Amino acid sequence: MTTTAPHPADTVEQALATPEHPQPYRELGLKDDEYQRIREILGRRPTEAELAMYSVMWSEHCSYKSSKVHLRYFGETTTDEMRARMLAGIGENAGVVDIGDGWAVTFKAESHNHPSYVEPYQGAATGVGGIVRDILAMGARPLAVLDSLRFGPADAPDTRRVLPGVVAGVGGYGNCLGLPNVGGEVVFDPTYAGNPLVNALCVGAMRVEDLHLAHASGVGNKIILFGARTGLDGIGGVSVLASDTFAGEEGGTGRKKLPSVQVGDPFTEKVLIECCLELFGQGLVVGIQDLGGAGLACATSELASAGDGGMRVWLDRVPLRATGMTPAEILSSESQERMCAVVRPADVAAFLAVCAKWDVTATEIGEVTEGDRLVITWHDQVVVDVPPRTVAHEGPVYHRPISRPADQDALLANGPETLPRPSTPDELRDTLLRLVASPNLASRRWVTQQYDRYVRGGTVLAQPADTGMIRIDEETGRGVALATDANGRYCRLDPYTGAQLALAEAYRNVAVSGATPVAVTDCLNFGSPEDPGVMWQFEQAVRGLADGCRELGIPVTGGNVSFYNQTGDTAILPTPVVGVLGVIDDVRRRIPMGIGAEAGETLLLLGETRDEFGGSEWAHVVHNHLGGQPPRVDLAREKLLAEVLVAGSRDGMVSAAHDLSEGGLAQALVESALVGETGARIVLDPDADPFVQLFAESAGRVLVAVPRTEEPRFTDMCTARGLPWRKIGVVDPASRALEIQGVATFGLDELREAWEGTLPALFD
Amino acid sequence: MTARIGVITFPGTLDDVDAARAVRRADAEAVPLWHGDADLRGVDAVVVPGGFSYGDYLRAGAIARFAPVMGLVIEAAGKGMPVLGICNGFQILCEAGLLPGALVRNSGLHFVCRDQWLRVENTSSAWTTRYEPGAEILVPLKSGEGGYMADRSTLAELEGEGRVVMRYVGGNPNGSLNDIAGVTDARGRVVGLMPHPEHAIDGLTGPTDDGLGMFLSVLDTILGAAPGTGATATEVPA
Repeated sequence: MTTTAPHPADTVEQALATPEHPQPYRELGLKDDEYQRIREILGRRPTEAELAMYSVMWSEHCSYKSSKVHLRYFGETTTDEMRARMLAGIGENAGVVDIGDGWAVTFKAESHNHPSYVEPYQGAATGVGGIVRDILAMGARPLAVLDSLRFGPADAPDTRRVLPGVVAGVGGYGNCLGLPNVGGEVVFDPTYAGNPLVNALCVGAMRVEDLHLAHASGVGNKIILFGARTGLDGIGGVSVLASDTFAGEEGGTGRKKLPSVQVGDPFTEKVLIECCLELFGQGLVVGIQDLGGAGLACATSELASAGDGGMRVWLDRVPLRATGMTPAEILSSESQERMCAVVRPADVAAFLAVCAKWDVTATEIGEVTEGDRLVITWHDQVVVDVPPRTVAHEGPVYHRPISRPADQDALLANGPETLPRPSTPDELRDTLLRLVASPNLASRRWVTQQYDRYVRGGTVLAQPADTGMIRIDEETGRGVALATDANGRYCRLDPYTGAQLALAEAYRNVAVSGATPVAVTDCLNFGSPEDPGVMWQFEQAVRGLADGCRELGIPVTGGNVSFYNQTGDTAILPTPVVGVLGVIDDVRRRIPMGIGAEAGETLLLLGETRDEFGGSEWAHVVHNHLGGQPPRVDLAREKLLAEVLVAGSRDGMVSAAHDLSEGGLAQALVESALVGETGARIVLDPDADPFVQLFAESAGRVLVAVPRTEEPRFTDMCTARGLPWRKIGVVDPASRALEIQGVATFGLDELREAWEGTLPALFD
Repeated sequence: MTARIGVITFPGTLDDVDAARAVRRADAEAVPLWHGDADLRGVDAVVVPGGFSYGDYLRAGAIARFAPVMGLVIEAAGKGMPVLGICNGFQILCEAGLLPGALVRNSGLHFVCRDQWLRVENTSSAWTTRYEPGAEILVPLKSGEGGYMADRSTLAELEGEGRVVMRYVGGNPNGSLNDIAGVTDARGRVVGLMPHPEHAIDGLTGPTDDGLGMFLSVLDTILGAAPGTGATATEVPA
């Protein structure tokens, strides 16, 4: 490799001398007025490097310019009581919650949708890598990941390209990183063809006193860049991919760049994690920030603007893996597995020694300075001189036009009531088997079998359980539970209620494990914010979610917005993915999902079943129908249900529990029986329609198995607290069959074949 | 007095915390060993845990085999020190020449994580004395390159000498020849196993506690209890 002369950089001096020099701001995704605002802030034209920084930081992905005005509502609806457990919230790399005994837990979800369509393996892999670094940047050891995935129709040719790549990417990266994958979702819908959703959630834990925040404070402190070298990959990823268009021209130099999708190296990240934790452990870090979207442009401006001084950066010190990179390219590169730390001068030597132990490249690239400017030089020439807040936090804010879609009324009016329903035992039997085998309800084993769920030895519950549960403290057994949920079809019908239904389901999923829900993260996936109908969906979903959280008394601690998820004019179903975190004081009292753990169990159905089929899986699978109202949501009921389940767990009254959601009671019974490898006899209410009882998707319901000896105590508690319950059957270990009296008897083998055969048949 | 069992950490090792926990659960002392270490810190046995040592670049285990600590392990194994390689550790022991054969990509081409039934075929190795001959145990398997391969004469030798330690039952998950899940060296001191006994030490975080028997076995071996005397044996679920 030959050393090339430094690229002649566009300096501040040059910018002053050539005010009318034409700049490719449109190609970088900036609008005319945004470019003018940059000129006003700086009092001159930006340099090429400054333009690169502003363009990536003012992209939709980094600046939240279309969503900001709506996201404020989360803050407005969070009460002091809800804030009590929160140690860090929205605006930090990830939210942090106090879970007791001196432990703090941090968790967050993030999307990597567009890259995963372009290059499924690397897109998904680096999605996992990015969210893990966010958790690490809070000072926590990452403990587990979950992945919430959505694809086009299961049998579509492109889904065969995208899904196996995404799954292999999530697994390939997470497995090599040593993080158990404990949950998530896989959903198919035609609107996600051409726009898959890859949302990854990571959870980590630390002692409360070890919390690290991203800020550069203390004049004279050093800025150390460590981890992988900086290359040409992923340049402009956020602006090119996340905003406007896939076919965005690569602006600027006219030189050929590597693909906009970053390439991950999980081994480097694993080493980086251990290195960081050792640095934290030795108290060598004042502030820390991961390098994700917008790379160094983001890390330097965010660190500087959150600190108490300015920052000086020598950009030519950044270790590169390509020759001839320009300052603009170095600043906007999204090379993975990099972190940026603020370190006291006296600790630099010790810091570098820890990095050397782990063979991690570390370079002092700058320092905290007096004043309030971020000054970046390139071979002694100033190429950036900006107020960092204007880059990181004072980007444009849009009040996008909002209007309820014209077809919304027609959609609501076209209810499922007129759809032909199965009524004879044979029809009901066929319907159950058909639904169990349908792509959205079939076993996810083909996917989850590719993920390591055991590593680190803390996994107490994982797929196919409703929730992932991780032990945090080996001595006390204190742990956390996590679930993610969303239902785009419900949200399409009513985004306010749909978002609350997602919240309610994730909340319920956590509660069925015996954990107490305490906090929320979200990943809001929507179409183009320039479409007023999409903005209406977004606004409604945010309001629904925030109002719901207030009613449940648990705060949203962080999240992510992904817009422009559409192909041409067709937006994806509005998909606010909601992640709920729960706490359990002793994981040994977790409630499993499979029945049959104890001899002699009674099956109870908690909650009420109504004739609710709007947006249901039955309407979708059997009639390809979407219309009417989604199920009603009753958050007070959800809260009561959670209290009963937690009490049941604490007093050892519940031996198994499973949430009812898509596919209704029938699906829950099949899953509980198959996971527990135990049969059951079910007696439906003779006075109600068996079809409704089996397949309605009413919210606020849970199937529980209670040891017969505990049955009176448990049902008395439900009655006393006003929670409707019905005895619907008994567990029958001898039968190896699910018998629904008056409808049909299904052998467990027959059910397993239907449930587990679908995805392998499609993707093997 | 108890045994000191070393657990090696290479950059990219993942299951070292689990292996150390399993060692402690067996009432032995877990001694962390670093890939660059120049001595084995007086350990009585060594576990080479799973993970992706050095990113598994080039070929799984190919780089780790050259780590300074592995030179010491090879030397100690030559003198009869019990060594257990789990998953990536098994791959490393094959690369290091301590065990015959090689591990290749799973026949299904996907990483496979599942609870796997194994039949214990050899109960005289340093790591398997606590099991009943023919016992079937359930432990997690999680690997992408778990297919055991060896040439015909090596296989014949392994089978002839009873050196197949464990075999997959209820379906071969990765295309391993003769359903081989683990093998031992000629002296029965060095064992390589693809599935993860360290992830099966209690029913809370694993499918069973069937894996604990391996760690109890080596403790017996080290502390001199003759195999099968039941001097300190506890029942291992079969």
